[in-house]
Amino acid sequence: MSAALPHVPLSLLSPSPAPVALRLDGVTKRHGAGGDAVVALDTMSFTVKKGEFVCVVGASGCGKSTMLNLVAGLDTPSAGKVTVAGERPALMFQESALFPWLSVEENVAFPLQMQGLSRKARTERVAELLRLVHLEKFARRRPHELSGGMKQRVALARALAQQAELLLMDEPFAALDAMMRDHLHSELEALWQKTGLTVVFVTHNVREAVRLGDRVLLLSSRPGRLVAEYQVDLDRPRRIESPEVARMARTITDHLLEAARAAA
Amino acid sequence: MPQRELAGDASPARPHLHAVPGGERDAGSPEGHVLIDMPERQDAEDPLRAGLRAVAEAEDPAPAVEREPSAGDRPGRVRALWTAAWPKLAAAAMALALWELVVLSGWRPEYVLPGPGAVLARLWTDLLAGDIGVAAAITMKRALLGYAIAMVAGVSLGLVLARVKVLRTAAGSLLTGLQTMPSVAWFPLAILLFQLSEAAILAVVVLGAAPSIAIGLLTSTDQVPPLLVRAGKVMGARGFALYRHIIIPAALPGFVAGLKQGWAFAWRSLMAGELLVIIGHAPSIGVRLQFSRELSDAEGLLAWMLVVMVLGVLVDSLVFGALERKIREGRGLTAEHA
Ligand SMILES: Nc1ncnc2c1ncn2[C@@H]1O[C@H](COP(=O)(O)OP(=O)(O)OP(=O)(O)O)[C@@H](O)[C@H]1O
Ligand SMILES: [Mg+2]
Repeated sequence: MSAALPHVPLSLLSPSPAPVALRLDGVTKRHGAGGDAVVALDTMSFTVKKGEFVCVVGASGCGKSTMLNLVAGLDTPSAGKVTVAGERPALMFQESALFPWLSVEENVAFPLQMQGLSRKARTERVAELLRLVHLEKFARRRPHELSGGMKQRVALARALAQQAELLLMDEPFAALDAMMRDHLHSELEALWQKTGLTVVFVTHNVREAVRLGDRVLLLSSRPGRLVAEYQVDLDRPRRIESPEVARMARTITDHLLEAARAAA
Repeated sequence: MPQRELAGDASPARPHLHAVPGGERDAGSPEGHVLIDMPERQDAEDPLRAGLRAVAEAEDPAPAVEREPSAGDRPGRVRALWTAAWPKLAAAAMALALWELVVLSGWRPEYVLPGPGAVLARLWTDLLAGDIGVAAAITMKRALLGYAIAMVAGVSLGLVLARVKVLRTAAGSLLTGLQTMPSVAWFPLAILLFQLSEAAILAVVVLGAAPSIAIGLLTSTDQVPPLLVRAGKVMGARGFALYRHIIIPAALPGFVAGLKQGWAFAWRSLMAGELLVIIGHAPSIGVRLQFSRELSDAEGLLAWMLVVMVLGVLVDSLVFGALERKIREGRGLTAEHA
């Protein structure tokens, strides 16, 4: 069992030989123009290796969603460059963003339909995914008939359906109860280990970040900057309740609080 | 071993989960969200898994279906129909009573303003004679033709304006001007251009309805939540697919509202048209109204007015009302305040 590394200065991280899934080079994003412009991201640079699970934590409004939108190609950076290997990444939005005119199963089938899969192939895959998120009994329901957490699970199934090499997740489990979240942590971890998927996972929950991530990136707020990153060398599968996870989460949390105090 | 102790602790939660049917249960999240570190429960694998299954079972949708058991069977449907119909019937009865009161007050002699009894009797005989069927067929045929043209024109216009921003800024206010212009004002010009013909009537019906349909399309596509468009793009919907799978379905409720308003305008324009552009060999509803007035046949006049009203209400509620209700219910948009 290896202990958590203390935070590593960015300058010491040498580019690794492993293939890169995502690279941000001095990415700055301003929302709005002129005097009202909000600098959401400030010259952010980092690299995510192929097959890596990277968690991003930072205070509310520090630019995490903005960053994911840039990576997903939904926005263009004001400066700097975003490089994504492979095709379009899948993005699970902070809001579930389900289509209200489609049933649960049709929502999950949507990315498959866009990929031109046959109806039969879609049905099988959708049933599988709904089983994964424990919603197979709700296949025919409409999104408005679901609770917030259930919607999030449908959104997760839909994001997974896309089978992208890079999966971006924006606080995906914030609305879930502890048991369901634990279950989905394990399922996501298993899927990731099985498929060699690359994941960028945004969360407010430091413990969740340590539970899941190979690496945890810490953002400062306003403007969003990368202030630290932590390598999480704990054995998998991890448990969110384990003392090792708790200890490391505390270290990161202290750092986060320190950063918040410095900013204030 | 503290693990055992805590695992035992977690078990009593299970009956609780079973006891509450339906929906997501808050299992008492032990996690501090955000930055608060809370003492965590130790390993309690089995009860947690079991609890999870309990949650999944408790989510069985069956109870929700039982809430409306009468939806399918016959007496239930009759009752549902009755609950929907009686307020409307009561309102109609009240209107008739009010009308009767005005007649009884002697404000106007009965040959100018007959009572509801006489008018309804007249309506019945005209209906049996087939006059109403013939007139309604002529009028509805015009309405449908005009409305169909208006729909094609309105949708095309709306799509072009939605796609080309310059055109939109240029023609947007013009369109609003067209919509607010009373369609009767078009008739002199239409008659000048098309003489007293079907074409004159159709032209004005189209001019009356198309702007509403185009505006409905424009505003409804404007109001498509950007998040849904982004979600569509992320999943690979581009260009035409984005329109077909995201923008059109998302805009549908607003678009149908535009269609409905377009119909109301079409119907009004048509009635004005049939009164102004009398085509003798086609005894439309408008023609019958006009003849009744010329013959000072007050009973007939009021009977034909009732026909106009009933037809309008029928189309509005049976076609557009039903369509709107279906769309809204499918998306959980039924009004909370209703
Ligand atoms: N479309 C926009 N227009 C203007 N400002 C924006 C826009 N989107 C985000 N911002 C601003 O950019 C900053 C970062 O927003 P972002 O949504 O990325 O934060 P976040 O880190 O995801 O926060 P949270 O954890 O609360 O979701 C905020 O100050 C926000 O006000
Ligand atoms: Mg966010």
